[in-house]
Amino acid sequence: MTAKQTPKGTRAAAHRSDLLRQMTRIRVFEERCVELYSAGKIRGFLHVAVGEEAVAVGVMQALTADDAIVSTYREHGHALARGVPMDAVMAEMFGKATGCSRGRGGSMHLFDVDHRFYGGNAIVAGGLPLAIGLALADKMRARPAVTVCFFGDGAYAEGEFHECVNLAALWQLPVLFACENNLYAMGTALERAQAETDLALRAASYGLASWPVDGMDVLAVEKAARHAVDRIRGGGGPCFLELRTYRFRAHSMYDPERYRDKAEVARWRERDPIELLARQLTETGELATDAREAMAAELATEVEAAVTTAEEAPLEPVEDLTRFVLSEVGP
Amino acid sequence: MTSATVAVRETTYREAMRDALREALAEDERVFLMGEDVGRYGGCFAVSLGLLEEFGPERVRDTPLSESGFVGAGVGAAIAGMRPIVEIMTVNFSLLALDQILNNAATLQHMSGGQVHVPLVIRMTTGAGRQLAAQHSHSLEGWYAHIPGIKVLAPATLEDARGMLGPALEDPDPVLLFEHGTLYNASGPLAEDAGPVDIQRAVVRRQGRDLTLISYGGSLPKTLAAAETLAADGIEAEVVDLRVLRPLDDATFTESVRRTHRAVVVDEGWRSGSLSAEVSARITEQCFYDLDSPVLRVCSAEVPMPYARHLEEAALPQPEAIVAAARAVVG
Repeated sequence: MTAKQTPKGTRAAAHRSDLLRQMTRIRVFEERCVELYSAGKIRGFLHVAVGEEAVAVGVMQALTADDAIVSTYREHGHALARGVPMDAVMAEMFGKATGCSRGRGGSMHLFDVDHRFYGGNAIVAGGLPLAIGLALADKMRARPAVTVCFFGDGAYAEGEFHECVNLAALWQLPVLFACENNLYAMGTALERAQAETDLALRAASYGLASWPVDGMDVLAVEKAARHAVDRIRGGGGPCFLELRTYRFRAHSMYDPERYRDKAEVARWRERDPIELLARQLTETGELATDAREAMAAELATEVEAAVTTAEEAPLEPVEDLTRFVLSEVGP
Repeated sequence: MTSATVAVRETTYREAMRDALREALAEDERVFLMGEDVGRYGGCFAVSLGLLEEFGPERVRDTPLSESGFVGAGVGAAIAGMRPIVEIMTVNFSLLALDQILNNAATLQHMSGGQVHVPLVIRMTTGAGRQLAAQHSHSLEGWYAHIPGIKVLAPATLEDARGMLGPALEDPDPVLLFEHGTLYNASGPLAEDAGPVDIQRAVVRRQGRDLTLISYGGSLPKTLAAAETLAADGIEAEVVDLRVLRPLDDATFTESVRRTHRAVVVDEGWRSGSLSAEVSARITEQCFYDLDSPVLRVCSAEVPMPYARHLEEAALPQPEAIVAAARAVVG
């Protein structure tokens, strides 16, 4: 009898299969967005996180519905992994009234307060102060929630980053700093921007628990995130995860990638988080080839349905242009 | 008359503001004050002196010198249901937090399609007149008045110092309060039961028939002094205190100008691209055919504020310059 045949083993296998499904779902969604961008259906800036799916999916496993998330402009994966409906995300990319930000945010500014998803923030490190405040409010009101703040290695160069990591440690706030170190701040390599590139080590110097994680291994990310969130919820103060990952595609749709080698990208592609997990599950017999094909087909269908729904959705009326600048009702 | 029954006491602008803070903290447990040296030091200008002892360090919260961090923390805490009052020592320091004020506080509601509300109050000192030179003395409230999504108030009287904070905290959107540094020691009688004031409308502080002087904040006492000088010569100036710099209450000042047919705008900001330019433009747009003279402006000289007393005085709007401008429009 193999491990997966016990009830616990079956649950664990189903969970691993779900992780694969969630990562693939993000991948299929984003690859379709790239096509839609080329077709002129999606405009503005489009930053996809192809290659970084394990970070989004792994971290979200550790959260409850009461926890809060602050994200970046590369946040489709975070939003989908959090449970923001795909229809609402796709409609936002199309600038439609049914979009999760009613067509006012676009790819970089997905919001869903019902999921405590407080936005893609397109100012690097600009989301960290918000996360501090959300966590401060939770702490002052004695709510057991944790706030996860995603940001990239580029944020290390911003003053707001250092202000906020210090504040979180000083005030012992329930914040999980999820640093997505993909080695590039747009086109600037980490070693061209930072004299000391061990980001986890540097975060620890602020007086919080901090450690590096293989960001291409979703199981490792989940394990680290669960450990961190348990520790934070238990009153252990903020934690910092340096999630070592890589962006397979260009920074945005306007990026000719002059700043990195194709060979480097190819090397990282060998550690594709989706293939890594699929290989593992295939080897242990948890994943049959036809199951993977069925999963891909089902996800493609879901994405196409979201595209159709978005295409058919209404535009926000121009008469409503100036709505939501000031509140229409009291708090 | 029953006026004899209204108890009045001698107070200062500083004490009136402190009373407003004390009342807000006592009445609503969601309210807390946060900023540099607001607690043990008692506030850079002693506004919050004694409040730490009364309300404790959680609710009168000293922060490190991290303007962007703690202003953004105020934004996050407001989103999560608190009613933070963030104090910034001077408007010049607020530039370090401009990212959070503009890109988050003023923007999140619109960018999220109306999901996120930021009921935050930010207080700061503004203005010159205390020989603090070019990094502690500027009047940049006009810049903030440029930004959709926030409200900007300038209390110039004891009543407004006492009464603007409460309604600002009740407002569902971010409100910035600009306290002119030369007003803190202003003293006079204030009703014991002074309470909330309107934060929508400008107010006529002095009635007159010959011209309208439009001012706010630290320039109001100078403008009223100029009006007294003019009265001695038989020129009766009406004085409008803008009070609310955004959204501007056009109705009050244009109604006055339609009666007097002449206007001078007094603004401690620099002239180019200033709030005075906006007020002047609105008068021209709305009252052109009622005007008997071009609208004139009295502003600060376009230099960084100098230290030496005689130079600082020369750089600022003074009653003599207001009188001269008034005589010029009266002709």
